[in-house]
Amino acid sequence: MRPPLKPTVKRSQADGARPLDERRRHKEPLPSGSEWRFDLVERYDREIARVAERFGLDTYPNQIEIISAEQMMDAYASNGMPIGYYHWSFGKRFLATEQVYKRGAMGLAYEIVINSNPCIAYLLEENTMPMQALVVAHACYGHNSFFKGNYLFRTWTQPDAIIDYLLFSKQYIIQCEQRYGEEEVERVLDACHALANFGVDRYKRPPKRTLAQERLRLKEREEHLQQLVNDLWRTLPHAADDDAEASEQRFPSEPQENLLYFLEKHAPLLEPWQREMARIVRKLAQYFYPQRQTQVMNEGWATFWHYTIMQTLYDEGLLADSFLLEVLHSHTNVLTQPGFDSPYFGGINPYALGFAMYRDIRRICEEPTDEDRQWFPDIAGSDWLKTLDFAMRNFKDESFIQQFLSPKVIRDLRLFCLLDDDEAPNLRVGAIHNDQGYREVRETLARQYALTEREPNVQILNVDVGGDRSMTLRHYRADRRPLHPMFKDVMKHLAHLWGFTVRLETANEDGTIEPTHEIKVDKRRRPELTLAAALRTLP
Amino acid sequence: MSEIIDRRENPRHKSAVNAQRFLKRYRAQVREAVARAIGGRKIAEADRDASISIPARDLNEPTFQHGAGGKREGVLPGNKEFVTGDEIARPPGGGRGSGGSASDDGEGEDAFRFRLSREEFLDFFFEDMALPDLIKTQLASITHHQRLRAGYRTDGTPSNLAVIRTMRESLARRIAFQGPYAARLAELERELEALGGETADPRDPRVAELTAALESLRRKIAAIPFIDTFDLRFRNRIVQPLPIAQAVMFCIMDVSGSMDETRKDLAKRFFILLHLFLKRHYERIEIVFIRHHTTAKVVDEEEFFHSTETGGTVVSSALAAALEEIKANFPLDQWNIYIAQASDGDNWEGDSPRCLELLVNDLLPLVQYFTYVEITTGEPQNLWVHYEQAKAARPNLALGRIRDRTDIYPVLRELFTKKEKVAA
Repeated sequence: MRPPLKPTVKRSQADGARPLDERRRHKEPLPSGSEWRFDLVERYDREIARVAERFGLDTYPNQIEIISAEQMMDAYASNGMPIGYYHWSFGKRFLATEQVYKRGAMGLAYEIVINSNPCIAYLLEENTMPMQALVVAHACYGHNSFFKGNYLFRTWTQPDAIIDYLLFSKQYIIQCEQRYGEEEVERVLDACHALANFGVDRYKRPPKRTLAQERLRLKEREEHLQQLVNDLWRTLPHAADDDAEASEQRFPSEPQENLLYFLEKHAPLLEPWQREMARIVRKLAQYFYPQRQTQVMNEGWATFWHYTIMQTLYDEGLLADSFLLEVLHSHTNVLTQPGFDSPYFGGINPYALGFAMYRDIRRICEEPTDEDRQWFPDIAGSDWLKTLDFAMRNFKDESFIQQFLSPKVIRDLRLFCLLDDDEAPNLRVGAIHNDQGYREVRETLARQYALTEREPNVQILNVDVGGDRSMTLRHYRADRRPLHPMFKDVMKHLAHLWGFTVRLETANEDGTIEPTHEIKVDKRRRPELTLAAALRTLP
Repeated sequence: MSEIIDRRENPRHKSAVNAQRFLKRYRAQVREAVARAIGGRKIAEADRDASISIPARDLNEPTFQHGAGGKREGVLPGNKEFVTGDEIARPPGGGRGSGGSASDDGEGEDAFRFRLSREEFLDFFFEDMALPDLIKTQLASITHHQRLRAGYRTDGTPSNLAVIRTMRESLARRIAFQGPYAARLAELERELEALGGETADPRDPRVAELTAALESLRRKIAAIPFIDTFDLRFRNRIVQPLPIAQAVMFCIMDVSGSMDETRKDLAKRFFILLHLFLKRHYERIEIVFIRHHTTAKVVDEEEFFHSTETGGTVVSSALAAALEEIKANFPLDQWNIYIAQASDGDNWEGDSPRCLELLVNDLLPLVQYFTYVEITTGEPQNLWVHYEQAKAARPNLALGRIRDRTDIYPVLRELFTKKEKVAA
């Protein structure tokens, strides 16, 4: 593969020498210069949209919003969402961003894009015109089409409803604050946030609902949920023999990985509004769940398309040389991948890896080598647009790498495996970029992006329904990796939501089980709550 | 197809509420950090905005994560010389292999840094501080008044006429007065209409009657005056006596030879903080600066903090100067009087009893609150002993000791903590 950027610049000089180049003679170039204006953004957007459509990018309608640096910092602090409920952790993020930005240690993102319909993209007002054009291509057509096409987003998010849901959740939580006090609400939110990443349904698909339906069902659901909980915790014994049977039956019948969901549905002492808040946190975690699994794919896709679209516009004669040079300058900045031994190294750059992979897929389609034919018999020589579209739609980072990382990209990036075993005195180099190593590098890298590898496996194993109502969680340990010590704080939050004793045990790989941690909750300390729970069980 | 919207004029500071909540939640830590920050500052920078850092472990948001240890394998880019099977010595910091993405607060694990604006900084700094007992001033001797708007009244001077109010009243009155006539008018008009309206036969007695009645009604309606003295409304302005909370703070600083540079620096810092606090919380406070060695002198702010004059020590000279100043310029019925004194406690031997006498008999009965801080690293000096005796006699004297920079803020807080009531 040619290094991506250099030849392009050379070709532009060659084009200059051939004024009658067929592609370039039709069009007047768009105005260049670094100052952007609204009408210019509009014109560039029109051209970009035209090219994007030609390449078959299917997008939601765009809503491009120009914002100031301060507003960008606000957006940062709230995960890019335009509306959010109040919580101190967002304030913390804001103060941190502000500090770093004002010290000049960090530039702000050029854009933030939201997976909604219409797709909202924030553009920073400080961007130059070439930057705005680049960002429009990147966010409004790259990310946008990814949001619309990728199966994870299609399955797990509701772009039509997200803004409404954010509004609903903000209002709901403000109401709760007014009714139950800021501190109570904060306490519950803190606890829910601690479990947010474990509040995701990985297999079950959520139903789609609009704001109106959401409101309508709210009350219904509150009552219904409480009913379920009450049934589970009914204190009146049914019959003597029933009891014996019940104590042998496990609850939950299978270990539960969605901790927050389980608490929302089954925690005995939570008030209906607290359950609703757990649900809100869970829903938002679910919304971000696809993004956490498609960093490489998503950024790579957007980068690939801003690059391709800009090149096409240039080839059509719409962009001035200086304009393209600035675009390419920013483009290469984004794609920097320092080596592991560089002081600037901060992990694998998802832009760089993703872009390299999509470029390489295109290359394999257009100019396959013998190696490619051997490794990718299905796609070598196929229609690159179709292949790329297929790759974008049907994978997540883990499977995308597993499927499409080619020996060539491994060579270009000089990827190698490193094994860090705390029982060995030294780090050990595993596979490298050679014939024996490609597969292993690819598998290791894919695993590195698997959420199941990145997060520990903690599940709810058992609840002592007939006894003291204590809950037992189990950490299934892999590769002897322990939990980060802050699990103790998470357990405290868990105990707060559950209301009774919670226990954590560790399942080692050799099959042994050891108790790890326990938080006792003395229910006599909260008599009014147990009484409230008991009262509810009355007919 | 795309919609482009300019949002730059939309409200900023969307995160302000969240930031406030953060500060509220970590109030204690922030206050501690603020106190630390002021200790390390140059005198001229005492009231700038500040970069604050608080321990990150206090504010982490815990989640279940992998901890260090066990077996980890990852992929890294940029291999130059390694081949499979090479062994690399573990880096000393236990450097992260793969997957260890940087923490999102960007500052590593030990400290969380953020900026407080000057306002926020000082808010934290002087939180819960107040001048004690700021209530003496007798309301009887009030000389200040405030003019206030207080609704409307029915009489007043023409210049205070509230036109809109008046017109509203007039309209209401006209509607009310016409009411019965208008109803009757409509009734008769309907009847006339039934008899043929304009074309009705004027010779019909009923028609003539109706016409006459209508005429009379219309006259009555027209006779309702457009505006009546009854409608007039005037803006009501009242004069309210203003309780004066005038206060004066005497800052007395020892600049004698025994006060070496460090001690002077400490004293200045103490007064600067006091000065800031007073200016911030009390709009109309007078501050009188007195420096003394063997003789005392009332000086301005500039000279107080920056002059380098020096000599022996006669503390009573400063007390006498303060007393004189009070008598001359600050009549007791109009002023709350405060005194803050800083010294190394080293006084000319024969002078301390005189100080005691001055304090107990003359000054303390006049002032609301007297603070004395002794800047010394060693044992209490002779002045301290005498002041303690004075304290036994008069409870509105408070003593504090400053050993080094870190003491300044706690001592200041202790002296000026908001109290329910200080016995006068």
